Formats: sequence, structure tokens, C-alpha cells
Amino acid sequence: MHGRPRKATKQEDPAAAAAKSARLRELQSQLLHFHHNRIYTKEAVSVSSKLLEINPEIYTGWNYRKLAFQHNLKEVSDTDTDTDTETIKSAIEDELRMVEVALRRNPKSYGAWYHRKWILGQKLVLANFDHEFRLLDMLLKADARNFHGWNYRRFIARLKDVSEEEELKFTMDMINTNFSNYSAWHNRSMLLSKLLRKKAKGFHEEESILSDEFELVRQALFTDPSDQSGWFYHLWLLDQTSTPHKPHLVSSWPSDKLNIEISAQFKEKCERFPIIFCFNQQVDGVNLATVTINSKLVSSEHITWKPLSANNSRKSKIWVGFLENFNKYCDNSEGLSVEISVHCCESIVHSEFVMKLSHMDHQGKNGDGFEELFLWDCPKSQEINPYLVSYDPWRLRVERVEEDAKWHLDTLSAEIALFKEMSECDEDSKFVKLTLTRLLGAHNSIKSGGSAYFEEILKLYDDLIKLDAPHYRYYRDERSLVLLDQMTSSKDSLVEYCSRCENSSFSCINPQLCINFSGLNLTRIGFVERLLWVQILDLSHNNLTSLLGLEALQLLVCLNLSHNQIMSFTALEPIKSLQSLKVLDLSFNEIGSHPVDTTRYLCSSPLSHSCNVTETMEELARENIKIGDFWEAILLFESLQLAQLDMQGNPVTNERFRVLVEKVIPCLKWLDGKPVR
Amino acid sequence: MGELAVEKHAQYILSVEKRKDDFESLVMEHLRLNGAYWGLTTLDIMHKLGSVNPDEVVTWILSCQDKESGGFGGNVGHDPHVLYTLSAVQVLALLDRLDAVDVDKVSDYVAGLQKEDGSFAGDIWGEIDTRFSYVAICCLSLLHRLNKINVEKAVDYIVSCKNLDGGFGSIPGGESHAGQIFCCVGALAITGSLHHIDRDLLGWWLCERQCKDGGLNGRPEKLTDVCYSWWVLSSLIMIDRVHWIDKNKLSKFILNCQDLEKGGISDRPDNAVDVFHTYFGVAGLSLMEYPGLKPIDPAYALPVDVVNRIFFQK
Repeated sequence: MHGRPRKATKQEDPAAAAAKSARLRELQSQLLHFHHNRIYTKEAVSVSSKLLEINPEIYTGWNYRKLAFQHNLKEVSDTDTDTDTETIKSAIEDELRMVEVALRRNPKSYGAWYHRKWILGQKLVLANFDHEFRLLDMLLKADARNFHGWNYRRFIARLKDVSEEEELKFTMDMINTNFSNYSAWHNRSMLLSKLLRKKAKGFHEEESILSDEFELVRQALFTDPSDQSGWFYHLWLLDQTSTPHKPHLVSSWPSDKLNIEISAQFKEKCERFPIIFCFNQQVDGVNLATVTINSKLVSSEHITWKPLSANNSRKSKIWVGFLENFNKYCDNSEGLSVEISVHCCESIVHSEFVMKLSHMDHQGKNGDGFEELFLWDCPKSQEINPYLVSYDPWRLRVERVEEDAKWHLDTLSAEIALFKEMSECDEDSKFVKLTLTRLLGAHNSIKSGGSAYFEEILKLYDDLIKLDAPHYRYYRDERSLVLLDQMTSSKDSLVEYCSRCENSSFSCINPQLCINFSGLNLTRIGFVERLLWVQILDLSHNNLTSLLGLEALQLLVCLNLSHNQIMSFTALEPIKSLQSLKVLDLSFNEIGSHPVDTTRYLCSSPLSHSCNVTETMEELARENIKIGDFWEAILLFESLQLAQLDMQGNPVTNERFRVLVEKVIPCLKWLDGKPVR
Repeated sequence: MGELAVEKHAQYILSVEKRKDDFESLVMEHLRLNGAYWGLTTLDIMHKLGSVNPDEVVTWILSCQDKESGGFGGNVGHDPHVLYTLSAVQVLALLDRLDAVDVDKVSDYVAGLQKEDGSFAGDIWGEIDTRFSYVAICCLSLLHRLNKINVEKAVDYIVSCKNLDGGFGSIPGGESHAGQIFCCVGALAITGSLHHIDRDLLGWWLCERQCKDGGLNGRPEKLTDVCYSWWVLSSLIMIDRVHWIDKNKLSKFILNCQDLEKGGISDRPDNAVDVFHTYFGVAGLSLMEYPGLKPIDPAYALPVDVVNRIFFQK
């Protein structure tokens, strides 16, 4: 099926072709006949040999041979025990020879390889390991990337109980023969990480092992910079160097020592107060047993913890605990003081905060709020924001940097220097530039404060977009993340994007500050752990297709996503968990214009067995609404309690759709700027 | 850009269905059921399924079923295997004729192939491969019988095949390969387990499959091939990273692999065509929203309207 030219190079003689076909047809029907009638004579088996030699892909042929092998062996053991071993050996040899014949025909035949594994895996006799390794050497010499061969090699090595260290040497031999051997590098990385994890003899000093590997891959990259294997291996080494093994806390809401002012309305309306912990890696085990609360009024049982992740995951980077019925705690003048300790991932983190009723209250609106349309015209604010005052994304990081980051920083600095040199010599190498962005980024993530390499990284991505145009959207995504990192890296940089909302009538935590990230060409969201306190977020006029990260912003009340490139309702999965969300502007996106949904499996739905057809859907089905057409919208909107929604400017929006929305969101007050009946 | 020669390809597929006696067809006789799936799904995506007699197809499919085990073989008289069982179920789903089989008998066959460690064998002979994990999970899901297997262990096994470059191999330690990656990502998608994937890491490995000629290869330093337009593309779509490749260039590559005279699509420009590559080329174009084609679901590899019908209609 692969690699045959369209126009045959020489015309085959029709008579010869017909004879070939007839022979194959004959052999196939004979095989099936013998197979169905369980005939395992020598003649019958030799038919299967001839057939499999011509076409090793006929899997029923290999099945037949296994049955014949079992049958004939059983016959032998039923009779003479003396000739047992010889007969068994000879039978096995026949099968192994058959496999070799087949592999000569097609070295990638699944059926042939498995047959060999099956025979030797029976362990009826000790395998001739020399022969097996020689066969492998021959095949891997002919094609060093044959993954069947590599898989079989791992099988034989396990069968012979070859040590990982020895196999590591083999990968070195293969790499030395030819640096361009992704399969060998892959095997090497697997073996090394196993040995490092086990802390096997000679592999305790992770740092010195990794240094040696950097040296090795450097040789490969210099010898043949156009081959990709080295670059992928280097990326793995970089990840080993820059990712801490143990997870740790990155940020929390409320942040430590924070004084929070809430309005009387907020205290009234908000039944559950979210407490959020963000880790640098996915963790599990945040629960009643691992979280201790120290407070006069609140005890552990008042908080239920859950991971903020899609679908069925028990692990998450972000955990939220809801303080139930908290409005009854804030009645006294002292306010509510809570100290939380989380004992997880071998560390203890504290957060102590105080919540008080605000003295400045709003004009005592009594309703649910949103009797007036919320408008997104927040002027820039010069006001001191208490959250910004204590805003320091690096605070939690500093404690960590002290511990053995020295080797990591030194190694990264050395690599950075080397790659900068390479970049000067070879302007057009995309991999050099890309690796440099990753090195600089890794250095940024470890070294706190100081001069971050932001401008340099942004310029490199601009270069990469020109150099490697087909992948420009990958570089744009990476660039967005760097930009967000830069914008949120300190209070001085973040204050540029703050504005104050005057016209809101909703309950809130004071003051109502809006973060305005509109018009920045952002294609994705990141560093949300630094924005856990945000209640009003303007992301309009960007290029967002993904909203991943927004699930962490549990305090969000108003969200503006207008004029972006959101292509379906499933892309909004991250905001499903935002229980406080009241105002959502989705106008002028692309919902309804894409027949292919790229977030179809990243949301909870019956297709991925992560939720069932809901009651709302069943009700709507009874009203003759085709839920198959609208399931994405139904699942999204039924889990939110929006007061205000804007959908105009999306192809999906029509009268039928508006009717559906009003049905699914009973508490909606405003739709597309007009009051809902 | 050239155009997709829908008429020619439809005629090519129908002609392959009739051709059984030449050497090439004989050599592939053992996977004719796969061929039926590739051909009929392609016809449906091109809105040409009407040229086929569904009753004839259903009858033939049922004749490939092994009455004892409930599994399907690649052709009449061939041994049952999970690969052909999936194709059978997919074609029946396509034709909305899932009622033609004893659903529990087929599901019991598939579910019975799961091992202690969560992996799946392809048949009674025990070959283990993540391809079979995907095939089993997809098949059982279409039959609404996923509860017959231990889903958690199945997921755990697949995750154990995850490599350090973010990709997946056929067995633990196996090198990342786009075909295996599709199978693992698809299985994780169907079981709501995509959170096990580092989508940025895998997404980048996958988007680097796009080569200078615009086509996609299956792993680093290998040749481009139209079939990777499916394996790589559907994987990218399931993890929402498809925007990391240049869809225009890929479309051009696929269209260049057409045989505009006789119909059909080949692995590379000017190579011999076959139903396998015709399906993958058309399916790839469908995933890229090529005008006039029905959208195809990236996880179940069936048209979206077929999948929606199975999951949203009682």
C-alpha cells in the first residue's frame, strides 16, 4: 500500500500476472480449508509456509501455524518422551525460520514479529540469544528506525534479563554509528530516566549524568544540526534541568496576610466563599485530612475541597475549597480571621487572611443586582489597589530558589551562552532560536526578579515567525504566554492594565477593579495564578481561541470575550465552574461557523463519557428541540447563572437560538443588550 | 489550489469494491472489512453513500462474523480479530444498522480481550498493542457498552505507554509514532481522560511532523505520507492544537496526491492509489473543513452526524 509508483515501470506480462493471482488464490483457499478442518499435516503446514512467504500479512495463516504447532507438539508429548526436546526444538526452529522468511519479505510485518514473540515467549526451550541479537543487528542495520525491531529488542533483553545499563551502552553504540537515530535517543532517554528514578548504582548523581548528556547531545547538534533527533533530546534534558521534581505552591487566594473588604450585599448573596490554591504541577490529596484550619469561627468541616479540572481527573494544579454559609461569619465587627495550612506534597503552606464588612457601601440596591445593563467602559484607575499593594508573584518562589538551584542556573546559563554563539553563526536555524527561547524561559522561571529575558524572548519569537512561517501560530501562542508573564510579573507592570468600574450594581469584594487585557493580540491565556483576585476581566479584541486557565478565576463576575476567535461553545468549558459569573460578552466570535470542533473532547459530554444527557436536555427534547444541534450550548448555559449575555455577531445566533437561551437560563435579565421578557 | 475530484474518487471506490481477482486485491483480501469501512466512510463524507445498497453491505458484514466468539474477521472465513470487529461496527453505525447485530455478543467478545493490566489483546493469540486499546474502546463506546471493561485500568495502561517526548508507543517503552498517538489520544478522548496528556508538548511534536512539502510524516526524519494527514491531524484536533500546522499547505499536498485520471489518492504524489489513502486524504480534508465535505469526528472516525445520532438520540 505504500511506495508503489503510479505508472508501473515495466508492464507485467498478463499471463504471468494471472498465474500469480491464481496461485495466491489457490494457496489462500487451501489454507482456509485446512484451518477450518483442523488439518495439521506436514503438507498442509507447508502450504501455509508458501502462502506466508508470498503474503506475510494474512493473519489467519499465522493463527493456523500456532494451532498446528500446538497440535503437533501435543501429539509428540502424548507418545515418546525421549525425542521430546529434539522434536520441540526442531518445531520451534521451523517457526523461527518461517518468521525470518516473512521478515525478509516485509521487515515490518506485525504478524511475523508477533509469531516470533509468541514462540519464544512460551519458554519451551532456552532461546538462542546470540542468534536473536544477530538477527536484530542485521535488521536494525538495514533500517535503524524499524520500531518493530526495537520493540523486539526490548522483549529479548527482558527475556534474557539484560541490565538497563547494558542496553544503555547499546544505544550509545547506535548513536555513535549515526547521530541521526531518533529511535536510539528515545531508548536512551527511557533507560536513563528509569535508572535515575531507581537511583541505580552509578546513577545517583543526577546532575553529573545530565551534564554528560548535555555534552553528548551537543556533539550531535554540532555534527548534524539539521537532524531533529538531537533537538528533541535536548528539549527533554532541558525539562529535566528546569522542572522541580517536587510540586510546590505557587499562589493562593486569599493571599497570605490579606485584608479583604466585602460589601453587605456580597455577604448577603454569596453563599460559598472560594479559597484557591495553585500548585506548579498537578497534585492530588488536598482534603479534610491534609488541610488544617485555625480560626475561631471556621472549622475544617466547613470547607469542601475539589480539584479544578475537566472531566474525571482527581489531580489538578488548581484546587478550590468553598467556605459554605460563610455569610453568617461576618456579622461581628472583628471580621472573620482564618489561617489555613495545607500539608501536601511534602510541604506545608500557610495562608492567613481577614475578612471584614466594608464601611463604604453601595447605594443599597436590593435586588439581585443587574437591574441595569453592565457596560464595559471602565476608566483607568490611579487608585491604590490593596491587592496590587501586596502583589508579588515571586514571594512564594523566593523560598525555593535558595535550595539547590545553583547547578540548574549554572547549566542553563552555560547553555544560553553556547546557543547565543550558535545563533550568531547560523542565523537561519529555527531549532537554535527555538531552543534559545526555551532556555531563556526556563532561566526566567527559576531566577526570581532581576532582569528577566522578556524582550529577548519576544524578539526571538518574532524572528521564528518569519523563519518558520507554517508554524507561526505555534510561535504566536508561545509569544502570548511570554507577554502575559511580562505584564503580570510585578505590580508596576500590572498597574498599567488596571481600571475601575463605576457602574456596577452587583455585590462584590471591594474595590471593583477591572483588569483590562483587551487589544493585545493574545491567542491564549496563562499565569492565571497571579490573577486569582480578579472579578472583572476584559479580554475583548484579542485572538483567543482557547480559554484554558480561566477556571482558576473563581471570583470572576464579569467577563468580556467579545471580538475574539472562539469557535464553539465547548471552548467555553473552563468558565463552566465560575459560579459567580453574571455578565458574559461573547459577541463577535466565530461560534457557529466551524463544522469541526477542536474542543469537542475537552469538555464534559456524553461523547467522552464524562457526563450524561442532562435533565434540561431531556426536557428540551420533549419540547421537540433537536438537542443534537444544540447540546454544546445547553451543557454550557445550564451550568451558569448569568444575568447578562451578549451573543450577537456569531453565526449561531438566530431567533431559534435566542428562544433556547432564554429557556436554558431562567435567571437571565439581559440578552444582546435588550431586557429579557 | 486544485480541487478534490469527488466524482472520480467515488467511482474509484465503487470499482475497488467490485475488483476481487487481481493480485493486489487478493493480497488485501484479509482486510476487506477495513476496506469497506474506508470506502463507505469516504463515500459518506463526500455525500455519495446513496450509491451503495445498504442491505447487501449488511449481509456481507454479518457473513464475516464468527458465530462462536461474536468477533468479526477481515473477510468471510478469516479468524475474528478486534480490528475487523471495529470496522464492522463502524460500518453498521454509518448505515444506521447497529440493530443487525447482537450487541451484547459483540461487546462480550471485545471486552473479553482486556488483560489484567488494562491492556488489550487483538485476538485470542495475545498480541498487545495500544492500537487494540483504541479499537476496543471505540467499538464498545459506539455500542454503549463501555461499562463492560475496566476503563480506569485501560486508561492507566495507555498512560504507561506515554513517552518523554509527549507521544505514545505501541507498548510501554515503544517509540512515539503518529499512528499509535492517534490511537492513544482517541482512546483517552472517548474515556474523558485527555488531562493525562501534556498538550503543549505533544502538540509541538505533532506539528513538527509538517515538512517542507506541506505533507505530514509519522515521526522525525521520516517521509511524508497522506495517511498521516489523518493520524496527526485528528490527534491535533482532539487536543486543540491543529492551528499549529499550516492547513493550506497540507490541503495542497493531499490534493497533489490525487490520481485525477482514474480517481483515488496515493501515499505520495505520483504513487499508486488505494482505498486506504483515499479515505485518509478525504478525511484529512474534512477535518480541515474543506468545502462540500461532511465533517468527520476525530475520535470515532465517523461523520459527526453519525456520532451525534448515536449519542444524542434515544
